[in-house]
Parts: sequence; structure tokens; C-alpha cells
Amino acid sequence: MEFFERFAIPHPSPAIYASMVVIALTVIAIIAGLTYFKKWGYLWREWLTTVDHKRLGLMYIISAILMLFRGGVDAIMMRAQLATPDSKLLDAQHYNEIFTTHGVVMIMFMAMPFIFGFMNYIVPLQIGARDVAFPRLNAISFWLFFMGAMLFNISFVIGGSPDAGWTSYFPLAGTEFSESVGTNYYMIALQISGLGSLMTGINMITTILKMRAPGMTLMKMPMFTWSTLVANLIIVTVFPVLTVALAMGTMDRLFATNFFTSSNGGMDMLWANLFWVWGHPEVYILILPAFGLYSEIISTFSSKNLYGYTSMVASMVIISVLSCLVWAHHFFTMGQGAASNSFFSITTMAIAVPTGVKIFNWLFTMWKGKIRFTVPMLYSIGFIPLFTIGGVTGVMLAMSAADYQYHNTMFLVAHFHNTIIPGVVFAMLAGLTYYWPKMFGFMLNERIGKWTFWALSIGFVLAFFPMYITGLDGQARRMYTYSESTGFGPLNMLSFIGAGIMAIGFVLIVYNIYYSIRYAPRNIGSDPWDARTLEWATHTPVPEYNFAITPAVNSVEPFWDAKKKKHVLFPEPLKKIHMPNNSGMPFILSAIFFVWGFSFVFAIWPLVIIATLGIFACLASRSFENDHGRYISLEEVEETEEKLGGAKK
Amino acid sequence: MKIKWTFLMIIFTIVTVLTGCEPLMVLDPKGPQAERQAGDILLSIGIMSGIVIIVFAILIYVLIKYRASNLPEDYEPPHMEGNFWVELICVGVPIIIVAFFSFVSVKSNYIVESAPVGYEEQEPLVIYASSSNWKWHFSYPEQDIETVNYLYIPTDRPIEFKLYSYGPITSFWIPQLGGQKYAMADMVTTLHLAADEIGEYMGRNANFSGKGFAENSFNVTAMTADDFDDWVEEVKETAAPLTEKKFDEILEPGHLGQMTFTGTHLEFSPAPEHDHGTSETEETDESHEEHSHSEANHSEHEGH
Repeated sequence: MEFFERFAIPHPSPAIYASMVVIALTVIAIIAGLTYFKKWGYLWREWLTTVDHKRLGLMYIISAILMLFRGGVDAIMMRAQLATPDSKLLDAQHYNEIFTTHGVVMIMFMAMPFIFGFMNYIVPLQIGARDVAFPRLNAISFWLFFMGAMLFNISFVIGGSPDAGWTSYFPLAGTEFSESVGTNYYMIALQISGLGSLMTGINMITTILKMRAPGMTLMKMPMFTWSTLVANLIIVTVFPVLTVALAMGTMDRLFATNFFTSSNGGMDMLWANLFWVWGHPEVYILILPAFGLYSEIISTFSSKNLYGYTSMVASMVIISVLSCLVWAHHFFTMGQGAASNSFFSITTMAIAVPTGVKIFNWLFTMWKGKIRFTVPMLYSIGFIPLFTIGGVTGVMLAMSAADYQYHNTMFLVAHFHNTIIPGVVFAMLAGLTYYWPKMFGFMLNERIGKWTFWALSIGFVLAFFPMYITGLDGQARRMYTYSESTGFGPLNMLSFIGAGIMAIGFVLIVYNIYYSIRYAPRNIGSDPWDARTLEWATHTPVPEYNFAITPAVNSVEPFWDAKKKKHVLFPEPLKKIHMPNNSGMPFILSAIFFVWGFSFVFAIWPLVIIATLGIFACLASRSFENDHGRYISLEEVEETEEKLGGAKK
Repeated sequence: MKIKWTFLMIIFTIVTVLTGCEPLMVLDPKGPQAERQAGDILLSIGIMSGIVIIVFAILIYVLIKYRASNLPEDYEPPHMEGNFWVELICVGVPIIIVAFFSFVSVKSNYIVESAPVGYEEQEPLVIYASSSNWKWHFSYPEQDIETVNYLYIPTDRPIEFKLYSYGPITSFWIPQLGGQKYAMADMVTTLHLAADEIGEYMGRNANFSGKGFAENSFNVTAMTADDFDDWVEEVKETAAPLTEKKFDEILEPGHLGQMTFTGTHLEFSPAPEHDHGTSETEETDESHEEHSHSEANHSEHEGH
């Protein structure tokens, strides 16, 4: 009986039982639907076994949008709880679980896959490649992320969610103070998806360094590709730290080691240090590709090349180096003394310089341009002032003496949402709208898109700017309630209203997708935005081999040159094309990882051993497999090109 | 200097007006440390507002001037590479601003990490503030008394808080007297504060520490030295002694009201003392030795 008790929810509420029912019904509906429409084969052949970077990219993005709503529901519940003083909507435990999962889901399972989705979809197209360097590894990366995300998400219906914050500080996250299996889920799920991220890092770096089209030197790469390269270098540098920290945390929880405990020689702040050695660069892993997307979009819709290309690249490289030198600013108040705080204070502020350069370069890109106010451009324009505010409050927080007053308050919460939402989330939505026609062959509705932008921007300002004020008034973060005498009530109500308006914005996105699927015209050609880089030079929909002929690159904007300066993009004749084979192994391997993770969370050791053997069996079978890929014959290439409206010149 | 303070006062007034009548807690300092921090905050808000306004102005100008519908149909934007001088300004000006802030920040670091300005000459009152789920214990070794969930302090005397925790990491914070600092189970941190004015202040744990975190707060009363001495006398006459058994009961997770005892728990449950990050750097070497020493003792003790 004790065995089964662990699977029960420690703090059940009607909302959780309701979600159990909804999850069960959804699963049944999906299985029934697939069976009824006889889509199992299609699903397996076209999606579960695919190694195509475009399909994997789409699956990343779809997962990210689903997780955006999961994390968004958490956010709304938090704001609803705090909207009024002494609210009884949620109890402390439930609130703690919600803000923990909100943080983890939004960073690890929304922002990261969203960015990986764009990297996957766009980078090979931008550099004129047929796929990434290691297509099958790419599929493993995706499925490991997906299984990690699913494992994390079942926590709230089986065994209980983690409740120690997304930072999971020990000893609070240790077994002494966090008895349920929630934090096990955190440790294992992040470990599994983190492995995927690390592999993506290796894959993307190799792809960008080795697979660029002839003529594309490093300093002729499009800015998004540059940002991807830099972000993935950071990933490869810092994700191993997370891997180690999570392994140590797992051992503390399951094997009674004492790395982070407060007795027997453990050091609780060691976890905080390791976590932020990964955690701070992590925010640059998120923001740099977002900067890359903004660079592409601003340049396209200003009908002008990107201003200060070299300084843009240099500033990203400098940011990536500095990002690894600032982690202790997350705990200036640990008591490490004035000298140490001064060092981290200065390195942190120094990041403002390269970031400022980027902001001014975007402004100068628009300068003397011909600005079209499309939806992607609106997000980019909204990003500049809002992110500037987020950035300057970052400099304020970097002043360590003053940070003693900001730390752990709503001021900090306002700051990082002020960078992540206009910085990353706006970039993702801008990128989604911008690349949607390339992905699906029709545009999203501009009018609904503009409504969405305004709802999100106004909602954002209403939701987060009041937090700067309540933070300075002494409202600590992560408090599940506050008394009326504090006077935080009205401003928190305003935040709730803002969050509601943002929620409307996100629902509008879904409506826009539905509306555009039904009504949007399909005859938009392959370059609807009058863009400048290679990804727009191929057909829409993109054939599986991306480019029938490898493009020849002469500048940062080869496609623009082809349109304006008669640059010949595709000088060679058509040839047969070598492509990788599909494989079911990534999915099977990752599914075994899911079982491994689940049994690890509940310490079901026989199953852990079986799953571990399964994982090694998968690896071994790959070593003995003889797979040299396949060729698409010349006739087939010609036929496809003909069907898509003739070969590109 | 005078200009700087006028400037700060103007911003302060604007912030106050914008946020209603009562001043924000952090910007309403009642001690020298909080005052320094509030000064830094207002200074940075002021300069940062300038930067934000400049970016807004350039953005709005560019958007109006160069929006496609305001331009002739056949306008072709020029090809512009970077310009060395323009980019030098874009790098140079932020560097100057950041250098200025770095200077202020480093200076403030040393100020908030040492005895409060104006109080350097006086002998500090040492108070051991320790947290347990979800309470605060205040031990006054000099007076040999202990309180739970409330703190009485004399004004016009520097106070040296020795912080540690019987549980998760917490953060000791009295916004109107000064910024926060962590309390941890395996070390003691030091926070220097002082109160200029008598009054009641809010104090709390600012670092998330589990289910009872929201209510993990305490009241701070600053009073004249004479009143403080009277209070100590009164406690000594009326309060019960703190026994080890009673202390263990109090440590149990939960919430308690205010409590007062004679004697402190330091006698039977000493603080995990090996100073991390005091201002006296020359002590560091010594304390590190002490650290490993006491740890060895500790594990030996555990072995029995």
C-alpha cells in the first residue's frame, strides 16, 4: 500500500482532479481520433521517425506553444490569487507549486524549445544547407526534450509538483523540507531535456561551422545564424554545469549524499552557485537568438541592410563571454563581502554596453529606411523601448548595495519579466508571424495580429510595471498572500487585470491561426515579405532537400543581391541529392528515457535497471547499424521543382 | 553635491506623487544604510530615465520620419555599413555611464558592509537573528535575553546582526533600516544597521522558505536608549528563562506569536560561527581556519 501512496497527490484540490479528467479525456480523444482517421501510420512515418530539421523545428514550436499555455494558466492563477489581499483562492502549498512550475515550464519547456524550433527551421535554410550536421542526433534532441517536458508535466497529477521554486535552492529542495517526489521530477526531467539541449548545441555549432554554402564566410552569415552559433557555444559551455548540479541534487535526494545539505559538511550555497553558473548564461541563450530574429525582421521591414554588422557580431561575442562572469549577482546578499560584490556588480553592468550598441544599431537600421508596420515589425518596435526599460532596471539591480533592497522583491520579478517578455516572447511571436508563410504557405491575418500585439503590450505594461512599485514598497516575491494593511492590494489588482489582457492576446493568437487556416489566401509566393536572406530564396512549401541547387553566396544578403543586383544564386545544374534516412530509434530511445526518468522519480529500481539496459541497447544497435542515407534521383528532384513552380534561378 | 540632492529630491517627489500619498518603504529610509541605498536607487532611476527618454525620442523620430507611408513611392533606402565614429559614440557614452555607476556601486558596497556612517565610534549592539520555519529568534547576548518574532532596538546605536538559520536559507530584511542579507544553516553572516528615528518598522524573511513563508515576518520597534534599557530590565524581571527543551519546541515548523525569554539559546545551541563576508577582511584567514576546525569537531560530534 505504501508503494502506491507515493503516486497520490499530496495536496489534492478540485482543480487538480479536474485536470486529471481533462488529461485523461484528451489522451483518449487523441488515440481515438488517430485510430478513427487511420493516422497512426502517417504519424509514425512522417513525424515520429522524421529527421527533417523543418519538421523537428515545427514540433519544437508546437510543443512550445502548448507549454506557453500551460505556463500561462499558472501565471493567471498566481495573479488571481494575489489580486486581492488575504485571498483564499489557493493555499500556500498550491501557490508554491504553481510558481515553481510556471518558472520551469516557461524557461525550460517554452522559451528553450521555441528558440530551438527557430534554430532548427531557419539555420539550415539561412546557410543553404540540406539539413543539420547530425540529423538523427537532432531527432534525439527533440524527443529527449519532449519526454523531459512530458515527465515534468505529469508531476501535478502523479505524485505532486515541485514546490521549491524554479531555482530549487537547497536545503529547501532537499528531502528534509521537500518530502514529496516533486523535486525529483524537477531534477530528472530537467536532466533529460538538458541532455537534449546539449546535443542540440553540438549539432548546431557543427552545422554552422561546417555546412555553410560556398562563399558564406563567417562574416557573411546572417545575424540569426550568428546569434545561434553564439548561443550554442554558451549551451555547450554551461549545460554540463547544470547536468552536474542536477546529478548532485538527485543524489542528495535519492541516495542521501550531502552535497547541498546544511549538515555533515554540505554547502547549501554550492547549489545556488552551480545553478546560476548555468542559469545566468541561460538567459543569454534565450535572448541572443531573439536578438538575431529582431535583426532579421527589422532589416527586412526597414528595406535596409543591418547597420553595424561587425559591431553586432562583436557585441554578441562579448555578451557571451561576460554572461559567464556574472552569476553571483543572483545572490549579492549571500554575504560574500564588498570586494566580491564589486567584481560581479561591474561585470554585470558591463553587459549593458554591448546590449546598448545593439539597441542603437537597430535604431540606425531603421534610420533612412522605409519602415513597414507589419505584425513582426510591430513586435520588434515594441521590443526596443520595453526592453530598454528592462535593461536599465537590470543595471539598477546590478548595483549590489542597492540590490540588498531589490533582491527577492517584486522589483526583481518586474525586471526579469520586462526583459524576457518583450525580449524573448515578443521575438518568438514576431518570428512565428514572420516565418509562418515559409512554414505553412499562407500568412497569418495582419489585423488580428495587430490586435494581439496591442493586447500583449498593454497587458504587459499593466501587469508588470506596478510590480516595480510594490517591490520598492516591500512586497517580497513568492508570497502567496499579503494583508490588507500593506497597501499592495490595488496595484496587484492592476497586475491581475494586465495579466487578463495578456491572456486575451494569447487566445487571439490561437484564433488567428484558426482564422488564417480557413480564410488566408494561399497564393503568396515564396517571398511574401520582400526579404533579404537565403531562407526566402527557396520554394514555399520548402521541399525536403531545401535547395535543389546549393546557393552561391557573395554577401550577407545574397537573396537581396539576387533580386536587386542580378547576383546568380543557383549557378549549377540540378543533380541527385543525398538525404538522411528516417529512423524510429530517437523516439524509442527517448520513450525509454521517459520510463527511466519516471521510475527514477519514484525510486522503482528494477525498472530503472531495465530502462538503463534498454538505453544502452539502443546505443549499441546504432553502432552496428549500416545506414548511409539515400539519394533522391535527378528525375524526382526535377519533378518536385516543376510542381513547385519551376527551378529557382 | 547640492545639485545632486536637489535632483534627487525632485525625482523623489515625482515618485511619491505618482504612487499615491505614502512614500514607498524602501524610499522612506530611517537609518544611514537604507538612506545610502535609497540615494543610489533614486540616482540610478534619474539617470536611467534619461537614457530611456533618449531611446524613446530617437525611436519615435525614426518611426515618424521613415515610415513607408510618409515616404515617396520610389524611395530606395541607402546601403549603410557601420560608421566608426557613430559606433564609437554608441560604445563610449554607455561606458562612461557604466563607469560612473560602477564607481558609485563599489563605494556603496564598502559603505553598507561596514559600520553605519555616523556611528563608527560607538560600540555596536550585537544581536543574533536566527530563523526557523517560520519564525525569527532574536538573541541579545549582551543583555542575556531572547525574543521571538519581534525586535526591540535602541536608536542612535549601531547594530550588528549575526544571521543564521535553523532550516532553509532565509533573508533578513528590514526595508526602512537597510537591505537584506541571507541567513544560512552552515555559517553566520553579518548585517550592519542603525536606526536614526524611533518608530515601528516592518521586518521579514524575503527569501522563499516553504509553506509558511508569506507570514514569516516580525515587528521592529526602535526606541531611545533609555526606553530600551527599561525594556531589558522589565524582561529580566518578568520573562521566563529559555530552556533547551522550550527552544526545541519553538523550533518545530509552524507559526508562533511574539515571545520573550531571559537567557539566550546561544548557550546550548551556538551559532555556526565562522564569519563569511564581514567587512574586516584581515580576519578572513583566521576565520577560515576556524571554519575547517569547527567542521571537523562537528563531524566528530555527529559520529558519536
